[in-house]
Amino acid sequence: MQPAELDLPRELGGSRSPSDRIFEFTARGIGIMVLGITGSIGVFLAYQAYPTIQRYGLGFFTESAWSPDQGKLGIAAVLLGTFSVAFVALFFAFPLALGTALYISEYAPPRFKSTCVSLIDLMAAVPSIIYGLWGFFLLQPHVIHVSRWLHQNLSFIPFFKVETDPDAAVWAQTRYTASAFIAGIAVAMMVLPMACAVMREVFSQTPVGEKEAALALGSTRWGMIRAVVIPFGRGGIIGGTMLSLGRALGETIAVVLIISPAFVIKPRILEVGTNTISGLIAGRFGEATSTQLSALLTAGFVLFVITLLINTLAAIIVSRGRSGAGTDI
Amino acid sequence: MTSTLVRPLGVLPMADVPRVFQRRTADDIASLVGAAIGSLAFVWLCYTLILPFSGRMGFVACWYGLFLAMYALVTSLSNPGPVVRDRLASAILHSAAAVVLGALASTVIFTFYRGAKALPHLNLFTEDMAGVRPQDNLKSGGILHAIVGSLIEIGLAVSVTLVLGVGTAVYMTEVGGRLARVVRTVVEAMTALPSIVAGLFIYSVLIVALHVPRSGIAAATALAVMGLPIIARTADVVLRVIPSGLREASYALGASRWQTVWRVVLPTARPGLATALILGVARMVGETSPVLLTSGSSTFLNVDPLHNAMNSLPLFIYSTVRSGEPTAIARGFGAASVLLALVLLLFIIARLIARQSVGRR
Repeated sequence: MQPAELDLPRELGGSRSPSDRIFEFTARGIGIMVLGITGSIGVFLAYQAYPTIQRYGLGFFTESAWSPDQGKLGIAAVLLGTFSVAFVALFFAFPLALGTALYISEYAPPRFKSTCVSLIDLMAAVPSIIYGLWGFFLLQPHVIHVSRWLHQNLSFIPFFKVETDPDAAVWAQTRYTASAFIAGIAVAMMVLPMACAVMREVFSQTPVGEKEAALALGSTRWGMIRAVVIPFGRGGIIGGTMLSLGRALGETIAVVLIISPAFVIKPRILEVGTNTISGLIAGRFGEATSTQLSALLTAGFVLFVITLLINTLAAIIVSRGRSGAGTDI
Repeated sequence: MTSTLVRPLGVLPMADVPRVFQRRTADDIASLVGAAIGSLAFVWLCYTLILPFSGRMGFVACWYGLFLAMYALVTSLSNPGPVVRDRLASAILHSAAAVVLGALASTVIFTFYRGAKALPHLNLFTEDMAGVRPQDNLKSGGILHAIVGSLIEIGLAVSVTLVLGVGTAVYMTEVGGRLARVVRTVVEAMTALPSIVAGLFIYSVLIVALHVPRSGIAAATALAVMGLPIIARTADVVLRVIPSGLREASYALGASRWQTVWRVVLPTARPGLATALILGVARMVGETSPVLLTSGSSTFLNVDPLHNAMNSLPLFIYSTVRSGEPTAIARGFGAASVLLALVLLLFIIARLIARQSVGRR
């Protein structure tokens, strides 16, 4: 993975000075320590997950209720909630991130470009609780009208059903609040800058020669983008989106602030009440006994494995794309 | 991921500079402005006066849709199809960027706007919430305990992650070997760890199993565990792009490996490292979920991280906002403004350092 393949460092031989030996020893020590700390988290989670999986079996993944007192415990509902929030987030974040990345790399005036890049970075640094407040206090009162409109006009799609009458003279506003839809919009704000940064990075590596060639052949700017920039950056588009999906799945606070927890399998994203794995952990850790705690840790482990798989896949896709492998012009 | 996006050295495409596109003609501007005004007038007439619709969001959506249609129509009067598509795509991409930047601006402005009620009361910065009920007015009580708690927790967490994170990065890039590759794989995998799971890990190990009280030190450990993979990875990315020619030159002059790392590699990487670290710190300051599980929330000022609960800014915001009490929410927004200002400050410092490094070269 060394970036420079042209000049490889020579092999160092001979005896080493004491300071070098101390340096290597210390660096290796720190490395092993960090390996121990980070690795132990994964091992600990897996170790805690084992008895829970053994006790509840596959039912852990199919049971939707979370009532440990009755011996019924499962993550089906929260898993569905996690994914519905994440997919709503991607539905908004993907087109906006792609559009913004293309704007920054192809349209923005040179002087404004670096400002834009900084602003997107700033957007990534804004704490998630601020986005939670934004979603809850500023967005929710407006979005419930959109939810109602979607319900009125598109309720033949099962996702957009809400169990209330949308055309009633006094419509039940509270049925549309605290939904996966609104939480998803807040999460979209959080994952958007990440997707945008990866996409922009890849777009900016598009070979200038190919872009110029497209323009010289008489292409419009959009034609050039479609023929050169997007095919070149396909790896980055997919990879960046998946990275942001991984982030969206694990997001806690913005979601917890907005949703009201419900443990039912509910594909109706506009309706009040849903829950995510992280929301489950945040809500239930306080009163958990040791077995419940290991059940929560199992849920956390499942979440971690999912995000890990998605991130790994994203990294492979980003590096596989033509954009990862240098240019031939 | 960013590491794989780094351009291989030796390829220098910056040699050919793209030409600047032609400026807009009067026709372009006129059709754009005309379509915008025409669609606005049309939508206003239909939406508010003729059709039984209401709501601001619907109005804007209809206006935007009609604007695109009108713009396409006006452009197609004097231009061929590809140009129409080009103009439309340009309009859509510009508006996507405008929506994103607008959303960012609205977040920042909204937070400070709602915080403006609590911020002018200076007791917000000098008092804690001991003996103050949530519904008491804004003239009493403050968030001093949360600010101090945040600073202590972050200070502890950063002092650990800084040493370990940069040390690991140095080990991975400068020492290397098979074990270093294992460390890199595990660290990269752990960046996928959701922050709440890191918090739950510390909660079940430190607080439940080892009976450490809920305190600042537990929260700092949770933050450190969450931040360590992030900082190690970003530092690794920064160190990896240091040209190996610099190291070679140093070795060629007879320097030892330690001297090379200390005198050549780290100083060269300093601005990049500083930027990466400050952004990592900004991320840790705002993280709520690990703190929620581990620190407990006190109402009084507590500067001892080892004993008693310790509040922090994100946790204070979270608990006040959920209380539903209007004055508590106002106080929560005051704390949110302080938190956001802190993040902005860190961000600006990071930018200045980054810019300095570009200017020097």
